Amino acid sequence: MRGKKKIKITFIYLICILLAGATLFPIYWMVIVSMRSKLELFTGPKLYQTSIFVNNYYRPLFKDIYGKFLINSLIIATGNTGLVIFLAIFATYAFSRFKIWGSESLFFWTITNRMAPPAAFILPFFLIFTKIKLIDTHIGLILLYCIFNLPFAIWLLKGMIDAIPKELDEVASIDGCSMLGTLWHIILPVAKPGLAVTAMMTWIFSWNEYLFASVLTSMNARTITTGLAEFVTVIGTNWGEMAAVSVVCLLPAVIFLGYIQRYIITGLTFGAVKE
Amino acid sequence: MRTSQYKAWGLLAPTLVILFFIGLVPFLYVIYLSLFKYNIWSVRGMVFAGVDNFRKLMFDSSFMHSLGIGLTFVVITCLIETLLGLAIAIFLTNEFVGKGVFRTILTLPLAIAPITIGSIWVLMTNPDIGPLPYILHKFGIDYNIGVNAKQAFFTVVFMDIWHWTPFVTLTLLAGLTSFPKEPFEAAKVDGANKWQTLRYITLPLLTPVILTMLFIRVMDTFRIFDEVWMLTGGGPGTATRFVSIDVVRRVLVSTDYGYGSSMSVFLLYLTIVMCWLLLNIISIARREVHEG
Repeated sequence: MRGKKKIKITFIYLICILLAGATLFPIYWMVIVSMRSKLELFTGPKLYQTSIFVNNYYRPLFKDIYGKFLINSLIIATGNTGLVIFLAIFATYAFSRFKIWGSESLFFWTITNRMAPPAAFILPFFLIFTKIKLIDTHIGLILLYCIFNLPFAIWLLKGMIDAIPKELDEVASIDGCSMLGTLWHIILPVAKPGLAVTAMMTWIFSWNEYLFASVLTSMNARTITTGLAEFVTVIGTNWGEMAAVSVVCLLPAVIFLGYIQRYIITGLTFGAVKE
Repeated sequence: MRTSQYKAWGLLAPTLVILFFIGLVPFLYVIYLSLFKYNIWSVRGMVFAGVDNFRKLMFDSSFMHSLGIGLTFVVITCLIETLLGLAIAIFLTNEFVGKGVFRTILTLPLAIAPITIGSIWVLMTNPDIGPLPYILHKFGIDYNIGVNAKQAFFTVVFMDIWHWTPFVTLTLLAGLTSFPKEPFEAAKVDGANKWQTLRYITLPLLTPVILTMLFIRVMDTFRIFDEVWMLTGGGPGTATRFVSIDVVRRVLVSTDYGYGSSMSVFLLYLTIVMCWLLLNIISIARREVHEG
């Protein structure tokens, strides 16, 4: 019996290492490439690296335009998150505490908004943004990203606000709290952890977006993902620098991972599946 | 009751206003555009064409091709991801030390930007520096996704599986761990073996979660763009030119605004129909699980 258990444990860890290796290897490879100079890269694939070629990071971020792209991405992601969370708090409270006529169709509408292929929307947005002079501005993208982040934030927050007992609201209103007062003094403090997670995921989705940013910006509000996509050119690609910018793109995901991992499935399935 | 309705709509108003302007207005605008012949390089400007664009679209073999490979891609990836994800999820119902770390590792690809995923796989598959061509060359396979259409398609499939199987795994695992204990204990008492328990208890209970997961995966793979654009750009030839890529090329490269709009509208129509259909199937499945 003991031997059998040992075999089972060994088997489990073997599978784990295999799967973790398969998941991590491509990312590991990218990090390794980002640390190599051109010369090192073309001497054949080696699996380890002992030195760092800092210029891969330094040149694009400080000598080239990528530092600016990085700041643009930060501004847009943060601005969008602020706007989305602000709007979502009110909307979620309405969905959670009131019976609203037609909330079923609202649900369907927000779901299709989220599922719609962005490719189908680039043309109307491009023409409208050109007309109202929002093209290549930060505010344009901040507003635009609400199209997928707002439904997302509402459905993620809804589960969390639903979990707060209604009695709390009633007690507050008996004590003479107005509706907004209740929201501010009762709901928000309780929902703070949920809000933080929602904000982080919203931020990451804005940060990660590529297609709209590539069509609707040219120079002033270009984001880092768009810059990354332009690395591959016909005259030859600096692989080391491309890998370095990819690593920079990846960093926020790694930083937030610990906080969001418990909610990421709930978030990605609109709260239909809870962990 | 009346005032509470006003209050609710008051709270919703800013959200609805924003979603109206960025969701509904562009939607109506693209429908409007799809009724015109409109290419910015054409001297005639916008010419009303009625449903001509749509008629042309139905006989457009390149669009139908992209729709075809898009759907093939959806079927292949979703099938493999579901089976693989289910297997890993069932494997993860075992308790062992270090499971938390393993789960964190699985979550990582889900948080990475799709464009970065593309760039990661560019670095993996590039003929000059990538390890994949290097290894495959040792087995006597010439691997170059810039040239070989089949290899390009299956590399994209592989990339999507690498990216999204963790999502399937974690979703199904969340479902698996939320089940009531009674049916499983009853099965044990009745002497059911592991396979029977899986077939007759676990899978039926899991069906609503599987369907929800499939719904999201189907919609996401159908509209896939960033990763593929970065990795292959839709090529070589039209091997990986999925619908989204076809639309973007039509609009940005050929600047055929009218025709591109009709493609967009058709795509949105498909999206709405698919959403409606799949959501209905899910709610029926849920009801059946609750009643039976």
